[in-house]
Amino acid sequence: MIKKRSVAYGFLLSISGFLIAALVNKVVPITADVEVVDYKVGGLTLDINSAYRLVLYSLSALFMLLGLISLRTNDSWKKFVKGAPLRFASGIGLLLWDLLGTKWQVLTQPFFPGPAGIIKAFLVEPDFILENTLYSLRLYASGFTLGVVFGVGTGIIIGWFPKAYYWVTPVLNVTGVIPAVAWMPFALTLMATPFDAAVFLIVMCVWFPVTSLTAQGIKSTPKVQFEAARTLGSNTFDLVFKVAVPHAMPQIFTGISTANAFAFTTLVMAEMMGQPGGLGYYINLSKVWSAYYKVFAAIIVMAVLFSFITAILGRIEKYALRWQKGLVR
Amino acid sequence: MAEDKNEDYILTIDNLRRVYKDDDGADVEALEDVNLKVRRGEFISIIGASGCGKTTLLRTIAGLDKPDSGSIVMDDHEIKKPDPERGYVFQQGGLFNWLTVKQNIAYGLKTRKVYKSKKQDVPKYIELVGLKGFEDSYPYQISGGMAQRVAIARTLINDPRILLLDEPMGALDSFTRADIQDKLREIHKLNGITMILVTHDIDEAIYLSDRIVIMTPRPGKISNIFEVKMEHPRQRGGVDFLEMRRKLLKEFDLATAQPEPEYNI
Ligand SMILES: Nc1ncnc2c1ncn2[C@@H]1O[C@H](COP(=O)(O)OP(=O)(O)OP(=O)(O)O)[C@@H](O)[C@H]1O
Ligand SMILES: [Mg+2]
Repeated sequence: MIKKRSVAYGFLLSISGFLIAALVNKVVPITADVEVVDYKVGGLTLDINSAYRLVLYSLSALFMLLGLISLRTNDSWKKFVKGAPLRFASGIGLLLWDLLGTKWQVLTQPFFPGPAGIIKAFLVEPDFILENTLYSLRLYASGFTLGVVFGVGTGIIIGWFPKAYYWVTPVLNVTGVIPAVAWMPFALTLMATPFDAAVFLIVMCVWFPVTSLTAQGIKSTPKVQFEAARTLGSNTFDLVFKVAVPHAMPQIFTGISTANAFAFTTLVMAEMMGQPGGLGYYINLSKVWSAYYKVFAAIIVMAVLFSFITAILGRIEKYALRWQKGLVR
Repeated sequence: MAEDKNEDYILTIDNLRRVYKDDDGADVEALEDVNLKVRRGEFISIIGASGCGKTTLLRTIAGLDKPDSGSIVMDDHEIKKPDPERGYVFQQGGLFNWLTVKQNIAYGLKTRKVYKSKKQDVPKYIELVGLKGFEDSYPYQISGGMAQRVAIARTLINDPRILLLDEPMGALDSFTRADIQDKLREIHKLNGITMILVTHDIDEAIYLSDRIVIMTPRPGKISNIFEVKMEHPRQRGGVDFLEMRRKLLKEFDLATAQPEPEYNI
């Protein structure tokens, strides 16, 4: 049973912070010298402040919706309520930041714009940001997928054949400690396009952890499981793909999540070192023009994008390893 | 042991010998001059002290180990490698943790590529070992006794002609053991499958077996074979049961007693 008081508390605390922040933004006048102009974005006419309030309203609506959904079970509601103080604090944090960064501009400008100032980037050049975001996403998807495929493939081969393990492990250990971006000059000359070069670097940095963890997982398969499989009529293919590989899955996923973090770093660094697009490229470009609010905008996009990708990977892992004890909390 | 020339033997073990090297490189004679003929449909238990080669013998029958000399012939074919016609139940840890109970049991059907035509066997065997309602559980969600019943079911679904069991109940408590013993009895009665069971439990051997094979270590040998001629179901407290038990214990004392070392100077 979820108590009425708990419901009131959860919803109020979750959304009031953002609503208060919006109210403050609306009523407190701007005392600093800030130019407020109207932009037309997707049929709406917005200035930075109304756009910022729109974001705050959206956040409130989002948490309202999440709260309603989590009312379904006791556990999910508990989880929602647990996050409520944090949401309130975020709202108040935004409020203060808005006052200090935009309204009064106590923070050093143009290095530390307020939230509304950052939102300006999305009003000025939404298409350009989207374009660069998609570039990053494409780069990440290509490099990461290829890296995982190669990594799992190599891992299976060296995990299964001791000879291959003997010869490949030293290569793996040496290349594994080198940050992938160090290969950038070679990648740029060897690959046809800068895009391919960056894909190559991401593949490199993903390949190493995925390969070594896959190999470990394959090698650690207990003998008794192979023997059981053989007495049940398995051929070598079955032993590899129906016994060793499933057994290695937890390690493979450890490799994949490590690789995921490496891939983000490599992606952004590669983009900052000579790509014709991408969020890293956008940051570089904005820095040249001292448009720091755009740098912040790009960082926010990255944070959202990378958290989203990581969350999806987490979901996949949780599903794939549902047979593991203690994984379901 | 009475051996009739016309008897129908499914398995003939002939002069089996297997030597391992220990850590110091010295020879360990795990099996030496082992001879045994197993009748079709027979239930045999192998008992003996630790290290007398029971597992080695069973693994060689399964085709998981190769003998150094001698042979094992099953229905005119020498055993060279594992085959689903000889099911093997390990002491523990043989289940595939990433597969559900149902999928573990269906595993053999799939690798033998007969799953499409024999799908309907899966619920049958789940029922047989009494695991209805646990079809979709993963191994970590079921008890040790249930896990062993899954292990038995997934070998039986392959229609093996021989079922080899290496202390399948060694890690279980006595109630669960009794439960699985009855299951084994039931299955043996039902499809007349030949079973060879390695056990440390004398009562278990008497309760289930047609013959009990006693082995002694260093070198691993068969020292004696007892026929158990009692009606099923056997009463664990019955007079002939206790008599058999006494006989075996006596044999055991003899078998395990170390002879005084002799010094010839
Ligand atoms: N892979 C191996 N390498 C070396 N020695 C082995 C190996 N397997 C078995 N042995 C040795 O062979 C002998 C017989 O072993 P086996 O496992 O067959 O005995 P067991 O009767 O099954 O014993 P337990 O009752 O303890 O299971 C033992 O002395 C053992 O140390
Ligand atoms: Mg053993």
